[in-house]
Amino acid sequence: METIPLTAPATPGRESLKRRLERAGFDTTTLLLAPALLFVLALFIYPALYGVWLSLHPMNGGGWLANYTAFFSDPYVYGTIFTTLELAVPVTLVNLALSVPIALRVRRMRHQRLLTTLLVIPVTLGTVLTAQGMLNYFGPLGWFNRVLMSLHLIHMPVRLVHNFTGVFLSQIVSGFPFCFMLVLSYVTGIDPSLENAAAMLGARAAQRFRHIILPLLAAGLAITFCLAFVQAFSVFPSAVLVGAPSGPTRVIAIAAFHAAYEEYDYSMGSAIAVIMGVIQIIVVALVMWLSSLFYRGPAGGGKG
Amino acid sequence: MFATSDIGGRLWRLGVWAVVGFFLLNLAGIIASVVVDSLGTSWFGTWLPDGFTTHWYSDAWSGFQLGGVLQVTLEVAGAVILGSAILGVPAAYALARREFAGKKLVMLVFVLPLIIPPFTYGIPLASVLYQFGLGGTLAGVILANLVPSVPFVIFILVPFIEQIDPRVEAAARVFGAGTWDLFRRVMVPLLMPGILAALVLVLVRTIGLFELTFLTAGPDNQTLVVALYYSVFAAGIRATQSIDAMAVVYMVTSLICLIVALRFVDPTQIVGRAKKVEAH
Repeated sequence: METIPLTAPATPGRESLKRRLERAGFDTTTLLLAPALLFVLALFIYPALYGVWLSLHPMNGGGWLANYTAFFSDPYVYGTIFTTLELAVPVTLVNLALSVPIALRVRRMRHQRLLTTLLVIPVTLGTVLTAQGMLNYFGPLGWFNRVLMSLHLIHMPVRLVHNFTGVFLSQIVSGFPFCFMLVLSYVTGIDPSLENAAAMLGARAAQRFRHIILPLLAAGLAITFCLAFVQAFSVFPSAVLVGAPSGPTRVIAIAAFHAAYEEYDYSMGSAIAVIMGVIQIIVVALVMWLSSLFYRGPAGGGKG
Repeated sequence: MFATSDIGGRLWRLGVWAVVGFFLLNLAGIIASVVVDSLGTSWFGTWLPDGFTTHWYSDAWSGFQLGGVLQVTLEVAGAVILGSAILGVPAAYALARREFAGKKLVMLVFVLPLIIPPFTYGIPLASVLYQFGLGGTLAGVILANLVPSVPFVIFILVPFIEQIDPRVEAAARVFGAGTWDLFRRVMVPLLMPGILAALVLVLVRTIGLFELTFLTAGPDNQTLVVALYYSVFAAGIRATQSIDAMAVVYMVTSLICLIVALRFVDPTQIVGRAKKVEAH
């Protein structure tokens, strides 16, 4: 806190501006924010705006919407949107569907730390290492197929890499722990006494989940869905390494990368990045709107 | 608690643990297959390799210029840690201690780089860096990696700072400490556990962050994960075992960082420690 000056300000105009700023919360301490804010404005906000501008100035001329018309007139390119959605939506739903029951169970566990530590590993290792491991493990001669064959569940090795399944599995390996951690943090925020009360009043497990847990969890699940979806929607390394990047798993990130770094058309690359961002925003807005319809209780995890 | 004793409840519980077990088993298989392959002589169509050797590691060291790649990785990680501390710690302090007009907007600006996936903003960011002649340089890679790291440090530190009693600062002010003294002698020592936790997590993230480095690096300044990507991408040029040796080096590097991070990162513990220091 600054000491309050006892004498009248010498230059009334300047002082009053300073006072006014201080009343709005700006003083030397607030100024400490400036370097970080300028940095993010310069290297995040400016590039984002520049990307939009660049996408409207096509490299080969032809009007400011040329990149977008080119994108939406070539099925091989605009098809990447649907390829990516077909991958990202089911993966996110599967990850969420797995996370909720497991988180509800783990919440009552004593040694949560061990499990969460084990599950942080794939997040840390990242998709590139996961992809390389999957090529060994899920490959035709890998352990997974060998186990299934020696159990006589299959006679021929199942193809699990270099196709859609490969990318799907890799998104579960690295996406599920992420979803689980978030859901667990929301689940632990729900007061267990609410569920106990419902149980005492005779609600069965399914009813307790439907009427107590789910409404309280809805907002958290919507946020988790959004965060997991945008990650899955911008998948790149695993779609190339364990997928079939020229066909079934040609996701939109590959199209953007191809335009910018293989055809050296940064304008088109930026246009695809903009389209990617817009689709992500649309899906996020849709999910948040749906969850606002669904959830009508007080905010927070029932702690009030 | 009210354990469900009926058959359905038991089956459900069994099913949940079976899914967790199946996931962890496959995860272990994925990791172990990389480690085993990197140590095997040749492995084709059998449960385990024919014999074991360590020469793939020396191959990887010479073949991938692994020494150089590790050096770049450490340089990038070190610079990102330093930069995000210098930019992030003061900003976190201001956000934790001051209410001001437009604070929500500032928070939004900081949260966006964390929730928007790097591939979405990476291409425009790379074109801006190329525009300023920074594309493909070490400085460019560092700047790109700082973009998500600075907000990350801020959002980890804000709750830590809010836990510290503002009267400690007020007392320091009364005894004549300026903002700089206050920061250096009071806040930083009190916040040390939080700062360390945030910075170790930045280290883990920077080592693991693929997209931004991939989009901004030139051939001479690839980090470990990007070099690994290129070697998997160009599979067939090099022996798989050699790639796996490199993958193991990457894995060990990030796991060591993760273990260090988890020693610091239990937030309740850190807050407890900060409060204890305060009470003395």
